[in-house]
Amino acid sequence: MKGQKFLEILRKRKDEILENWVKRQLPLAGKGGVTSDELRRQCVEFLDLLENVIQSGASSPDDPKTAPIVEFLKEVSRDRVMRGFSPTETAVFIFSLKEIVLPMLQPLAKNEETFSSEVMPLSLLLDQMGLLTFEQYLNNREEVIARQQLDMTELSTPVVKIWEGILALPLIGTLDSRRTMTVMEKLLQKIVDTTATVAILDITGVPTVDTLVANHIMKTVAATRLLGAEVIITGVSPAIAQTIVHLGVDLSGIQTRATMAEGLKLALRMTKQQMTEEARNGVNLLEKGIAAAQTAQARKGRS
Amino acid sequence: MEKIPIIKVGDTLLVSIQTDLQDQVAMTMQTDLLGRIEQTSARGVIIDISVVDIVDSFLGRVLSDTASMARIMNAVVVVVGIQPSVAITLVELGLELKQIPTALNVERGLQLLRERIAWEDHAVADGAESRELGREEERARNGHG
Repeated sequence: MKGQKFLEILRKRKDEILENWVKRQLPLAGKGGVTSDELRRQCVEFLDLLENVIQSGASSPDDPKTAPIVEFLKEVSRDRVMRGFSPTETAVFIFSLKEIVLPMLQPLAKNEETFSSEVMPLSLLLDQMGLLTFEQYLNNREEVIARQQLDMTELSTPVVKIWEGILALPLIGTLDSRRTMTVMEKLLQKIVDTTATVAILDITGVPTVDTLVANHIMKTVAATRLLGAEVIITGVSPAIAQTIVHLGVDLSGIQTRATMAEGLKLALRMTKQQMTEEARNGVNLLEKGIAAAQTAQARKGRS
Repeated sequence: MEKIPIIKVGDTLLVSIQTDLQDQVAMTMQTDLLGRIEQTSARGVIIDISVVDIVDSFLGRVLSDTASMARIMNAVVVVVGIQPSVAITLVELGLELKQIPTALNVERGLQLLRERIAWEDHAVADGAESRELGREEERARNGHG
């Protein structure tokens, strides 16, 4: 039977292995709030699981019998990523065990037969598990990065209602196609929700404007117009103004201002015009109503 | 085949599209609408597409064509209720419907229509006035001469 000798050693000298193993990992204790008690608990659980695995005769992490230990390792790995451990510090969990266990198997390594049946399989198994923690570490790390990226896109494109019928959209960071889509979707939805008529697109926080970015901005403006709202672009720095003209980008159909304050002034004027228009129409209606009432009265008087 | 109802409200025609438009239905709508403009001598048309989820290039063209045709018949077409997703698709398709006035909802559309028509009437009146003035000037010059 493979690994039976090691199983004996593991059972007999478990406490010794545990002590040494925990001692090796002690430098990590305290990092990210991991206490030495917690470390010990993880080690105990792993050794128990390892005992079961070897007893079952499984030799690689792909074996369904190793599922509990694989799950446990993934859990440990995920926990360590969250606590800010480095990849090495995460993989040390397994490799430090190997360092302790292999010397114990030294006598077995001298005999060729026991070497190939005892030491090699165990070494391979531990290596594979070490790699598993590493891989899990990377997966978790990628997840974290993806989530952060999403957060950044969300955070850097707020749509603010700054006045009745006026939205402001301070853009921060470089505009790529994906972010432009987020901006566009959020802006359009907000226009529908607030029935705003003017949107101020502030590009003070956009470091560079190339033809691609300009194209994205034009698209946003066109989509906004389809919803019956106007866009004012503000925060055009001298450098950006120069680039835009040098690139030959035509922004003539769009209102632009140097500062957000100027943009707001313009927006207020644009919405106020509509308001006075509305007011005038209201007055007209009123006048019409009065006139109608008067003629009706006159007719009544005549009859 | 289904037909799109066209409702007359004062001097405005209201076209409310309640389903996703099949190509043939869109064409019928165009013909019907132009017919109604002729009958009622409407000055304004509001096409409400707030229920439409999908606007492809064909429908985009039908809409802009209809607007141009109505224009020739002296009616202003305003398209209202374009959904955000539809707006994004149209822009991605390069259909910016620049020649059609658009508004957020029917209410805004009516307001826009009123402004447009008033502005046009003004322009016509101004034009007539300036022509009249021109003629007067000419007469005066002729009289002097």
